[in-house]
Amino acid sequence: MLTPVLSDNWDQINAWQLSSYQRTGGYDALRTALRMQPADVVTAVKDSGLRGRGGAGFPTGMKWSFIPQDNPKPKYLVVNADESEPGTCKDIPLMMASPHTLVEGVIISSYAIRASVAFIYVRGEVLHVIRRLQQAVQEAKDAGFIGTNILGTGYDLDVVVHAGAGAYICGEETALLDSLEGRRGQPRLRPPFPAVAGLYGCPTVINNVESIASVPAIIKNGADWFSSMGTEKSKGMTLYSLSGHVTRPGQYEAPMGITLRQLIDLAGGVRDGHELKFWTPGGSSTPLLTAEHLDVPLDYEGVGSVGSMLGTKALQIFDETTCVVRAVLRWTEFYKHESCGKCTPCREGTWWLVQILERLEHGKGTEEDLVTLLDLCENITGRSFCALADGATAPISSSIQHFKDEYLAHFAEGGCPFDPMASTVFATAGANA
Amino acid sequence: MSTVNDHATSHPVPYSTGDSKITETTIAEMRELAARYPVGRSALLPMLHLVQSVEGRVTPEGIEACADVLGLTGAEVSAVATFYTMYKRRPVGEYHVGVCTNTLCAVMGGDLIFERLKRHLDVGNDETTEDGKITLEHIECNAACDYAPVMTVNWEFFDDMTPESATQLVDDLREGTEVKSPRGATICSWREAERVLAGFPDGRADEGPTGGKASLAGLRLARERNWTAPNGNGGAPAPLDPVPGPRPEDQPGRESQAVHTDDSRKED
Repeated sequence: MLTPVLSDNWDQINAWQLSSYQRTGGYDALRTALRMQPADVVTAVKDSGLRGRGGAGFPTGMKWSFIPQDNPKPKYLVVNADESEPGTCKDIPLMMASPHTLVEGVIISSYAIRASVAFIYVRGEVLHVIRRLQQAVQEAKDAGFIGTNILGTGYDLDVVVHAGAGAYICGEETALLDSLEGRRGQPRLRPPFPAVAGLYGCPTVINNVESIASVPAIIKNGADWFSSMGTEKSKGMTLYSLSGHVTRPGQYEAPMGITLRQLIDLAGGVRDGHELKFWTPGGSSTPLLTAEHLDVPLDYEGVGSVGSMLGTKALQIFDETTCVVRAVLRWTEFYKHESCGKCTPCREGTWWLVQILERLEHGKGTEEDLVTLLDLCENITGRSFCALADGATAPISSSIQHFKDEYLAHFAEGGCPFDPMASTVFATAGANA
Repeated sequence: MSTVNDHATSHPVPYSTGDSKITETTIAEMRELAARYPVGRSALLPMLHLVQSVEGRVTPEGIEACADVLGLTGAEVSAVATFYTMYKRRPVGEYHVGVCTNTLCAVMGGDLIFERLKRHLDVGNDETTEDGKITLEHIECNAACDYAPVMTVNWEFFDDMTPESATQLVDDLREGTEVKSPRGATICSWREAERVLAGFPDGRADEGPTGGKASLAGLRLARERNWTAPNGNGGAPAPLDPVPGPRPEDQPGRESQAVHTDDSRKED
């Protein structure tokens, strides 16, 4: 049922240290990879069926193959470790527990695309994760896994750990590149795609932490091994993150295609005495689902078929004590705060969305506001450089679709009918705010 | 709960106060950061973290120093410094205390914790206590949702918080009691933390556990039920200690609050 690979060494003593990582076979895959031709490494990752774990699900090996090797400019690998999508909490524990899994993946992936410098762009708000990444890169340098003439192969690579400074938008890959160039993190128009003109205008691959961390296991165990797990078009194992109103929230590494019913069962059920009301399959930018979707396979196709997206597999579970209007308002305030301001529909639209939702949550809205809200969403979606604004509209339109009556109840009662204390973890502990 | 997003504060942003601590050493470290990148300007974010570690905020002098080192104008550096939430124009206290009030944490109790702390500390959002010890800020999702409600101190995690544990935490910080993150190190000052973010390690990576209980929830279940990934070319990725035994976070001196939580929700 569960298939720990990425998380397999997380219960080892000092798993974050090089010596511990090597005791469990760490850096064996690097030796294997460096004996292969770079193009064969790309082929192995292609054959494995690995798809981007940052949310979009683009085939990782194919992304690598877009790098024009006849381009004389330097090539770069950039790891997107800016994990910030609300609900998403898989890359941070991975880098905390086993940063070398990522570092080994970085070296192999850089070799595959013939990059000379790789960057790990990690959000700034995770001090201890940054410490462990810094130390892991230093240990790898001292061991000769990073530097010049790596393991006597003639391959040179430098790896830089780069801390961001608090901006959700920098998880968007082209905004991340601008940020890494020392600018405001604002998305770029595409094309050109980063594979052609990325960092400093050079060919660049940008991959999510989990995608890169999956590469050593693929090289070590083979593409067939990886693709023996998962579903027809969504291969391999992945980290599902359960949070919210479940008995044992946490990281559950399973083959692609497990269902939420199975995962909630593994996590000890929805918290005692309550029932599932709504959930996000992959962060707040993926349309909400409900109890009727408990048996949907959690792979790219399955979640897509019910009108949402697998995203980052950030399964946020909310029970019946949660006001969906309050939840959606708070997410919308987040998008408003994080809109970079480059595109008008997003910059202005997210403010309007917040104003209307505030009115609704406080019982001062009208049914016409719901029409306006949906109309606004339609006018915002797909009209900006990046997907932030699309994400902002996802919880709004999906919550109106599934919970219109709850919005209406706010008008009828002249305010929010929910007690915010009832949804807290300390509701039953007798604590008061 | 609409008060959560009250960004407005009447305190003006101080311009130069004439007591800049930027020295030749700082400038040399800025140059060292710039040299780590193929193009120097890439070091601007780390350099601004360094300015905060020296100055306690982003000062006009810090902006000019970055501009000088990188050959930019002060306006170009300011444009970047004002874009990112972690860069502060007003002086930050010794401890930056964050309360996640994004949806999941808010619903799980973050809103109530934030309200309690504002009252307890007598400050608003993004304001500092009179003794200069604590700057309180409501923060966005910090990628620890399986430990909700989550707080941070100088960007170290504090998991599964309650209004009581939150007030205890800030009281301990103000009184100078040693405080440890359940998934991190002993809490240093905000300025020391900023120096690490700038790219100058403090040698404390080995403190703390591999992860808290939630990080290991699935793995423990897999161990209990003997679930593994299929065997690969390189042999089974079998665990070194397949029999249940001491786990890293169970070692003496490695306690994690997250492991020893008295929150019955996690054990039932």
